[in-house]
Amino acid sequence: MTDMASLMEDRAAAKVISDKMHKPVDWDSPKIARNIKKRYAAERRFKIYGLSAIGIALLALFVLGFSIGSKGYSAFFQTYVQLEIHFDPAEIDPQGTGDPAVIGKANFDGLIKQALRDRFPEVTSRRDKRDLYDVVSGGASYDLRERVLANPNLIGQTRKVWLISGDDFDMLNKGYIDADVDEGSRRLNDKEISWYNTLVSSGAVEKQFHARFFTSGDSREPELAGIWGAAVGSFYTLLVTLALSFPIGVLAAVYLEEFAPKNRFTTIVEVNINNLAAVPSIVFGLLGLEVYLNVMHLPRSAPVVGGLTLALMTLPTIIIASRAAIKAVPPSIRQAALGLGASPVQTVTHHVLPLAMPGILTGTIIGMAQALGETAPLLMIGMVAFIVDIPGGALDPATVLPVQIYLWADSPERAFVEKTSAAIMVLLAFLILMNGLAVYLRKKFERKW
Amino acid sequence: MAAVSQSAMTAEPSVSSPKMTARDLNLFYSDNQALFDVNLDIVERQVTALIGPSGCGKSTFLRCMNRMNDTIDGVTINGEVTLDGRDIYDKRIDVVQLRARIGMVFQKPNPFPKSIYDNVAYGPRIHGLVNSRDELDEIVMTSLERAGLLKEVKDRLQSPATGLSGGQQQRLCIARAVAVSPEVILMDEPCSALDPIATAKVEELIDELRSNYTIVIVTHSMQQAARVSQRTAFFHLGKLVEVGETDQIFTNPKDERTKGYITGRFG
Repeated sequence: MTDMASLMEDRAAAKVISDKMHKPVDWDSPKIARNIKKRYAAERRFKIYGLSAIGIALLALFVLGFSIGSKGYSAFFQTYVQLEIHFDPAEIDPQGTGDPAVIGKANFDGLIKQALRDRFPEVTSRRDKRDLYDVVSGGASYDLRERVLANPNLIGQTRKVWLISGDDFDMLNKGYIDADVDEGSRRLNDKEISWYNTLVSSGAVEKQFHARFFTSGDSREPELAGIWGAAVGSFYTLLVTLALSFPIGVLAAVYLEEFAPKNRFTTIVEVNINNLAAVPSIVFGLLGLEVYLNVMHLPRSAPVVGGLTLALMTLPTIIIASRAAIKAVPPSIRQAALGLGASPVQTVTHHVLPLAMPGILTGTIIGMAQALGETAPLLMIGMVAFIVDIPGGALDPATVLPVQIYLWADSPERAFVEKTSAAIMVLLAFLILMNGLAVYLRKKFERKW
Repeated sequence: MAAVSQSAMTAEPSVSSPKMTARDLNLFYSDNQALFDVNLDIVERQVTALIGPSGCGKSTFLRCMNRMNDTIDGVTINGEVTLDGRDIYDKRIDVVQLRARIGMVFQKPNPFPKSIYDNVAYGPRIHGLVNSRDELDEIVMTSLERAGLLKEVKDRLQSPATGLSGGQQQRLCIARAVAVSPEVILMDEPCSALDPIATAKVEELIDELRSNYTIVIVTHSMQQAARVSQRTAFFHLGKLVEVGETDQIFTNPKDERTKGYITGRFG
């Protein structure tokens, strides 16, 4: 066997070479020991850097949470004043018809004013009376009206009723107005503070859970302003955004990843999509203003326009995330399907998309969370208007949560400070909810292979 | 060049009525030529083994036979591959149907992340081969039986296929390929990811499948080629060097390169 002989020769030659290369290392030498020490020090240092980075991040998060929480939690409670209201039949329903239309038109404001005058008979001057009426919010008469409409038997009776207080009175009760400073430099004068003290000492002032904050729309009066209008506006806006950007984004990603030929044109498309993700959002706002409002004449301030604009902004995020998810599906799965005679479309719809779905959903929800927190483009298309009504659909004028925060932060009344923080808390709660949903969906649809 | 085609010609006894043929097949990845004038006949109901060192083009050739190379960008093919005398690169041929007629088993077991049942049922479902649930059940059962897997999995057909061992997964992939009743089964190093026991089972299976299907198998193991195949083709640097009866190739190779490879001098 000449083959065998030459093989042995080769092996012998290889051994000579490896013997030459083998130089024993002294693993106990000081140089090696120094090297080990240096390596340990470097590892320790790296660990400290990492821990301090996490520490800084956690600290920042804590400071943010604390400052918003401590400022905003009081907005969830509202000061109420108890007054003895005489439901005077002569005022409410002089003819005794019991007709809701008549009762609804009655002067409930007058009843409250009468009750206040009865409570503080010493107030006589017109100016003081006006101050006195501010103890109770202008919105209290609507509450009273609802109450009487729900229970007409109240007419003729005298009842102790809790009424929502005015915003300055509420601020005083929450300790935001300091009674010790000079009278000229605070919102409430000495008389008003003395009324407050009288009411407090008789147990007629109380903080109650402020459900109205979660159920009503915006208002000029801080104590009547609520977040619900903005929340519904955000909901319709995001609905339009999702309905547009999800299908378009996923289809674009599927086409680019699975079907598009790799040529100059698709490269340009890819580069542009990546660039779009980095375009400042206000630019999308200007685009929305020009195209949707000026050219297409869609309604101003409407969630449909906001959603269309935000969809443009969210598209690149969804496309990029979906492409990454599709790329992560092992090629062996595609080959298995194609090898069985599945068409390319069947391969994508039966195998690639279901496997990529967790990643696509995560990317989509992160894009939607981004859209939920977006303000700038919505300012451009008029969603910054003061809107009291709760929108009934995507075509009604509306505002959204972050714009509501912006509007309240801009308001002069002291009571809007806590509303702003509270609205931020609501927005953050929604964001946490959406991110939680993303994590849940990823866990649920994740498949091992 | 001339010598190669000469040797290929002489090494190839003319096969009467081959199941598949390749004639003057050239394949280019962009500018790199990966296959040079390959001429090969595949005999019906036999196992043909393709052997050769890494990068010699045997897997590429295998993928030409069910047009899987179509899915790769920049591949150009000229020459002719026929199935039952019809050119499979003809424009009138439907690729999807072709791949159903020529099944494929891959190097790494690649079951779908679905249940065992759904893996086998997928092919018949998409090709509309069954009219009722009972028919589908029957196809799944016979396919698993043919792949020698039914005994091991019949109690857990609905459990995920990814929970099976590597060898079981590969036999499931074979069952999946068999379920669409292909005429030819292409196997691309089906045992390279398996341990010796699983390999033995798959080899046994290949031997049994031979009575119903035409099989082409790419393998790195010459022992495997010797054990399972009736005909062997040796590829080197994109050229078909020699093809013939397996016994003849291993005991009396005509070409020096074949001899060198088989005796372990290179590769």
